[in-house]
Order: sequence, then C-alpha cells, then structure tokens
Amino acid sequence: MSLWSRIVNVFHGDRLNREIEEELESHLAEAVAQGRDPQEARRALGRAVQQQQQSHDVKVVGWVDALRADLIFGWRQLRRNKVTSVAAILSLALPIGACTSAFRLIDALLLRPLPVAHPEQLYVLSRQGTGFDNKPGEWDSWAYPDFQLMRAAAKDQAELIALSYADRADVTYKTTAETEKATLQYVSGSMFSTFAIQPALGRLFTDKDDREVGAAPYVVLSYDYWARRFGRDSHVLRRSVNIGGAAYQVIGVSEKKFTGTEPGTVIDLFVPVMMHRFALRSDATWLRTLAIVPPDVAVEPLRAKLAAVDHAFESDRLRGETGLAPETLRNVLDNRLRMEPAPAGVSGTQKEYRHALVAIGVLVMMVLLIACANVANLMTAQAAARGREMALRVSLGAGRRRLVQMVLMESALLAFPAAAGGAVFAWWSAPFVVSMINPPDNPVRLILPADWKVLGFGLALTLVVVLLFGLLPALRASSVRPSVILKGGDDPHSRQRLMNAMIAVQVAFCFLVLFIAGLFVATFHRLSNQPTGFSTDRILLLETTARPAQSSVSWDQVAQQLRSVPGVERVSQAGWALLNGFGWNDAIAVNSGPLTVNLAYFLNVSPGWLETMKIPLLSGRDFLENDTYPEAAIVNQTFARTFLNDENPVGRSFEKTADDGKRERLVVVGVARDADYSSIRDPMLPVVFVPFHHRDQGAPVDEGTFIVRTSSPNPLALASTLRREVSRARSPFYVSTVRTQLELKQAQTIRERLLATLAFFFGAVALLLAGVGLYGVLNYSVQQREREIGIRLALGAQLSHVIRQVAVGISLAVIVGAFAGLVLGLASQRFVQSLLYQVNATDVGVVALPWLMILVVLSIAAIPAILRAIQVDPVTMLRAD
Amino acid sequence: MAKPDSLQGSLDLLVLKILSRRPGLHGYAIMAAVGELSGDVLRAEEGSLYPALHRMEEAGWIRAEWIRKDTGRRARIYELTAAGRKQLAAEEARWHTATSAVNRILRTV
Repeated sequence: MSLWSRIVNVFHGDRLNREIEEELESHLAEAVAQGRDPQEARRALGRAVQQQQQSHDVKVVGWVDALRADLIFGWRQLRRNKVTSVAAILSLALPIGACTSAFRLIDALLLRPLPVAHPEQLYVLSRQGTGFDNKPGEWDSWAYPDFQLMRAAAKDQAELIALSYADRADVTYKTTAETEKATLQYVSGSMFSTFAIQPALGRLFTDKDDREVGAAPYVVLSYDYWARRFGRDSHVLRRSVNIGGAAYQVIGVSEKKFTGTEPGTVIDLFVPVMMHRFALRSDATWLRTLAIVPPDVAVEPLRAKLAAVDHAFESDRLRGETGLAPETLRNVLDNRLRMEPAPAGVSGTQKEYRHALVAIGVLVMMVLLIACANVANLMTAQAAARGREMALRVSLGAGRRRLVQMVLMESALLAFPAAAGGAVFAWWSAPFVVSMINPPDNPVRLILPADWKVLGFGLALTLVVVLLFGLLPALRASSVRPSVILKGGDDPHSRQRLMNAMIAVQVAFCFLVLFIAGLFVATFHRLSNQPTGFSTDRILLLETTARPAQSSVSWDQVAQQLRSVPGVERVSQAGWALLNGFGWNDAIAVNSGPLTVNLAYFLNVSPGWLETMKIPLLSGRDFLENDTYPEAAIVNQTFARTFLNDENPVGRSFEKTADDGKRERLVVVGVARDADYSSIRDPMLPVVFVPFHHRDQGAPVDEGTFIVRTSSPNPLALASTLRREVSRARSPFYVSTVRTQLELKQAQTIRERLLATLAFFFGAVALLLAGVGLYGVLNYSVQQREREIGIRLALGAQLSHVIRQVAVGISLAVIVGAFAGLVLGLASQRFVQSLLYQVNATDVGVVALPWLMILVVLSIAAIPAILRAIQVDPVTMLRAD
Repeated sequence: MAKPDSLQGSLDLLVLKILSRRPGLHGYAIMAAVGELSGDVLRAEEGSLYPALHRMEEAGWIRAEWIRKDTGRRARIYELTAAGRKQLAAEEARWHTATSAVNRILRTV
C-alpha cells in the first residue's frame, strides 16, 4: 500500500472498517460452510472490534489521522471565534496578495527570461561616462554603421543583433484618413533565427533582409497584434501597409510567445533594420545592440575587442566635428563600453520602474510582517485563554510535538484562506498597477503570466507566514506546565513580554512604512505643484505630419484655417510641444569665442507662441512674421545667466555650428522667463527659441505641432474636429497624435503618482493594522490583570497608578519600536533616494508626521482598554473565581 | 495443549510460504491450510492472522483482491508480490539458521 493510499484511507475510514468487517463475515461464513459450529467460530473471531481497530491502525498513517483530527478541531476553534478569525484572515489576505502582486510585477518586468533560445546568453551593450551634454550617464543607443563594424569584429565569437527602441508609428492600411498607431520595432534579420522563433504564419526575416538599405520593405506582425487587429485572419499575408509614408508588405506573423525584447512593451510590427531612415547615418544613435555570447566565449576579451572597434569608429567620426568643444569630444571618446547580462530583455520601463517596484515590494512585505505580528498576538492571547485546555491535554499525555502540530494547523487554517483571498487580490491588483502606468497614447503593456512560479511564490509565502505568526505561539502553548496552570494561576508577564515585543516590531515597521510613504507622497506633491513656467490650461497639442514635407508657409495656412474653427482661441506652431521629451541641443560660441562645453537647448516657435503658452517676455520683443531662422533668437533667463553674464542680453549675438560646419549667427531680440523644456525634474536649462520660419522660405518641414488654446475648459472636446480640419485645410497634412499639455505634464509624474498612491494606501493599511494590534494587546492585558487591578484598587491604589502600571510596558514598546523605525527609515533612505525629488529624510515634517499619526492611532486604540480598566469593580472581581 | 502461541513469530513465514504455493487463498483457507499442512499441530488464530495479513499487505509483500464466490458472497483473496517472494526467501533462510542452531544446541548438550 502506497503512502497515498494510506492517506486516502484516513479519509475513508468508514469504508475501510466496512471492508474489514465484510472480510471477517466472509471468514465466518466459510467456517460454517466447512462444518464448524457457528457459535464456536464466532467466539474464535472473538474480540472482533479490537481486531478491526488493530487492522485499521495498520492501514492508516497515525499522524495523518491526527492531522485530520487537528483540522476538524482547528476549524471548530476558528468558528468559535468567528469575528477574530475573519479579521485575521482579511488582515493577512491583503498583504499576502500585495506581496504576490509585487512579485508578479517584479518577475514579469525584471526577472522572467525572454521566451527565446538561450536567454542566459544575452548581453546588452552600452556606453558609460560623460555625454555630449557634459553630464554623466549610461547609454545603450548605437548607430547602425558602428553596430555593423562591431558585429563583423565579433563574428566568430558572438552573434550581435540590432533592435531599435520600440516606437509608436503612424500606420495606414487603406487611406491616410484612417491612420492608426502601432508599436514598431526595427530588428536585425537574423533575430528570429537566433532566438529560434518560429513563424505562426508566412515567413520571418532572415539575413538576406539586412543586405541593402531599403531593399526589404516587409513587415512581420506579432501574434498579439495579428489577433487583436486582424482577428487571426490568414489573408493578412501580402497585404500592403503604409508606415511613415513608405509602402510595406506583410510577409508573416511571429510565434505567439514572443512579444519583443522590451518588457513593458508589446511589439505590433517588426521591420528589417535596413529600412530605418537612419540606417546609414553614423551620427544618429537609434538602436540597442544585444550580443548572444556562447558559454565557451569569455566576455571580457570580447568586450575589449568591441570597445576597441567602437572607439576607432567614434574617433573617426568625430575627427571632423566642429560643432562641439574639444573637451566634450575627449570626454565622449573616454566612455567605457559595457556588456551586461540581459536574460530578461532590456527596456526603458525596466530602467524607470526597477527601483520603484522593489521599493513597493519591500513596503508590502513590511505590511505583511505587521499583519503577521498582529495575528501572532491574537494567537498568543487565544493560547492564553486556552491554557487550561492545553494543560489538560498535556496531563492526558499529549506530546509537545503534538501540541505544536495542533496550533500550527490552526495557523494554517487561517493562512490558507488568507492566501486564497490574496491570490484573488493579486490576480486583480497586478494588472491594475500596470494600468496606472499609462503615458498618453503609449500605455505600458506587461505580460503577466500566472504560472507555477507565481503559484510557488504564493505557497512559499503562505508557509513562511504560517511559521512567522504560528510558530512562536505554538511553542509557547506547548510549553505549558500543567501543575501551574491547573492550579489556576499563570505568570501572565512572560506572555505579556512577548506581546509587547510584537507591538514594538509592529510600530517599527509601521513607522518605516509611513516614513517611506511620506517621502513618496511629498515627492509627488513637490513635483506636481512645482511651477513649470508656462500654462497647461486649455492647451491642445496637434502633433502633425506633412507627407510630402511642406514649406513653412503652407504650415501657416493650416494654422490660419484652424483659427477660424469656433471654440478656438489661439493657434501657434512649434517644432514640438514642451515636455514631450524631445530636445535639440548644440554648443554655442559667444563673442566668436570657443564653443561651450555646456550645451544650449533650442526650439523653433511661431510668433505668438510665448503668449499662447503664457510665458512672459521680460525684455525685448516677440518674433515677428518676417523673423527667420537663423537670425533672430529669444533666450530664457538661464541662458542669459549662463552664457551672457546676465547683462541686458537684447541685441547681443552668439553663434552655433550648422550641419554643414559653417557658423550661424543669432541675435537676441527678447528674453523670456524660465520655463521647463523637456522635463520638470531637470534643473532649468538654457533655452533658445528660434523662429519657425527658415530663412530659405521653401525649405520643407515634415513635422510640427499646432498649439491650440480652446475657449472651453476641456480642450479634448475639440480634438476630432481639429483633426479633421487639419487634413481638410491641406491634404498632405494629417494629425498623428492629439494630446493636451496637461497630459504631457502629468505623464512626467506617473511613476511618482504610482508610488505615492500605493505607498499612501499601504501606509494607511499599516496604520490600521498597528492600531488594531495594539487594541487587541491592551485589551487582553487588562483582561488578564482584572483580578490584579481589582486587588490593587481594593487595597486603595489610585486608578491612575493602576493604568500607568498597565500602560508603561506597552508605551515602552511603542517608543522602542518608533525609534527603531526611525533608524531603519534613515538607513533605508538612500535606497529610495533615486525615487525622490527635493525631499530630505531629515526634514522635520517627514519624521514628525509618522510619529504623530502613530501616536494618534495608538491613543485611539488604547481608549477601550483604559475604559475597561476604569470599570473594573473590585468587589465583583474579588468575588469571581 | 495451548495452541495460540505455538507459532511464535513464524506466522508470516507460514502465510508467505502457503501463498507462494497456492496463490489466491482467502483468510479462512490460509488458516485451514496451516492446520492441514502441519497435521493439525499448528493453528493460526483469527486474532493474529488478519492483522498479520493487513500488515503484510501494507508492507507490500502480498496483495489482496475481492472476488465473488459461487455462493454469491464476496471474499478477499491474497497472493504474493515480488517483494513478498524476496521476503519469503529471507524468512526461510532465517528460519533454517535459527532451527539448525537450536538443533545443534539440543544435540550437544
């Protein structure tokens, strides 16, 4: 009989007994048939019941039987204390679910290997050092010619794959009027075969698609996009699609499991890398390089070899560079090439959310610990109440192990429903958190599988939780000395000490959670309330494309047409909207001096743009219709301070280097107040506004943004009208994206909002749990001491003195806990520093607020216990027992 | 004559041996066989036989099966497993060692 069948036997005890009975009956019948006297045969069977019991014992494993008994007994215990049991289960379910959810997110974004062949052999190439803007950093972007040289150099040792950054592109299947967005990635032709990705339909790219620029106008759809956009229609093959003005043909659909190499983004369309418009540009870095290094190749020599190739390429390229200061060029060439393992892929989402997710994971873990401490206290209190039962069990011969098993079983009975509840919470909350990362038009899409890994984590977590809150009470419960307890007295102080320690732990973690939550909330508050220097009020942004590119005069005509639309107050033009992440920077030279190491940032704008954005002009004038680039310039205060010594800048001039290497001279006609340029987090940048119109009137412009101020408070109400109006005004124009300036500003604080929201929520939960925990412990300790209090009062003690007696231990625990929490908080601050903005952990408010909140909540939690202590009536108390 | 304890630890051996010769016996038949084959000298008590059968079944030496007899009553019959055969060989060897040792003592003293 296998162990399994024995365990099964435990639950089929009745059937088993029947079987044995039947066998014995059959025996009896046989005996009678053989001519034996029925009476005698039955007597021979004799103590049938006992025999049956013996046989049954053989058939079942003793401890499993005991387990079943514990299960039933534990269930009854929990049902007897319904309210506390439900409270315990709920208070555990939420943190267990939150931890599982955090694990799911961290696993999906950072840990899970890509579903490709040998993800462990993947490395990502990057450069670390000083950038062209003279700021330290690390970049993983490469130019394609550089990539080609490195790939050739590494050929015998490793496979190199080029992958562009996933980007939202305008895609058209029929007419330009039906332009839609799709996530596009340019990839090396060898990617699919190297990753061992199979086509779900048609064919995938090969090396042949990489040979010539523009020779492979093909796209491969991702399975997800094929299913979502085309309903898995196999007729999609050979369909033509227009991407960025060029015609492509659909040649295949990739395997279902492969969604790209950027966790947080699901690719819709793959395009051969040689179709990129910058494929031959040495000065445009637009792709990531992944290396697949077989296990028998040493990484460091390979890295050194690639670094040498890259260095040669860069020094060759920068030799003729006249637009940058020599110091900048030296710094850039000193950058170090790095090769980092990337089994889980590489993405901007990873970079942005790595620390944030880990921080949230740690926070919810602390909330879980608080909940565990709560339930442990609950169990300890219950164990105290059941002291006599335990003592009785021991005196009847129950072993210590048996008692531990019994109490642990009760813990498990609490933990498993909690885990089930937590699973539901995790199932819901992980996608919910992902949905909160929703930059306009490009929300994060994270594949969140619920597989054995997540299940295993949940189970392991539950077991740890059972041990955390169950083991200590179980050991205590099992160490009862019957002689003491059955006499009627126990030393409640030792138990009290344990509970006080738990309270200290709770307060410490609670303080820590609140402290960190406070830092996050303050960061979000500072960032979103910080003045940007311009107005986001009623501003609608029409990011517009002209195919073919049109002269700036045509752009003006479209703007004019938009001004006639009812509900439109003002229309201006700019190269792009502030804060959308774009930037154009250049070194400049003042007074024909050397080129600056610090760069200036440029933006081309139409006359009236400053007024539309409500950026005040401090001196000089706005652009006029006949101002052109490169001639007139409006600079901001930071520019004036950085480059022009803050003297009255109007009328002064400076130079920058044009693409052809010649110097262009710009004359300052006005000074504008500082406003954020591409990020609300960066320090103010030195910005130069230049006219939208180029000196060469016919110079074609293919992309620009109409900045529209509407009269209605909801600018998006006009979105579709204006979108139509742009294409109606002149047919080559179409609006690629409509956003509001407010959305762009809010997009800058998505991570901070997420952190603040989650931290605030869990801070509140932690506070609630700590309050409930303290209430429970205080209540219990008063209850335990009612007799003692009664005696003291009867002997003439002051009530306040008695209360102090009860409160002193717990107050001490609270103080110790809060102090420990503070120390932990200050120590942990540097781990979250990168997530903070202008918030300092030593700020009085950040430290005092958690203190205050804990104090208030604990005071409220203490009131019922104090009331109970006050109401102790010495006479009643002394009569009892 | 006090029969119940006369088997003294050899019950397993006898049951295994009998089942190796005649597979498919039920409890009563095994009991009868012990008596018959020993010329009514030995007797297996019901009180020890059934626990022994269930214990050996649990140890995996024998396996049981319900069959329906001609009388219509169900009976539980037993047969040896491979592990049981191995066990039988071991028990037999032990028995021979023990009895020959006892015999040696009886002869020499």
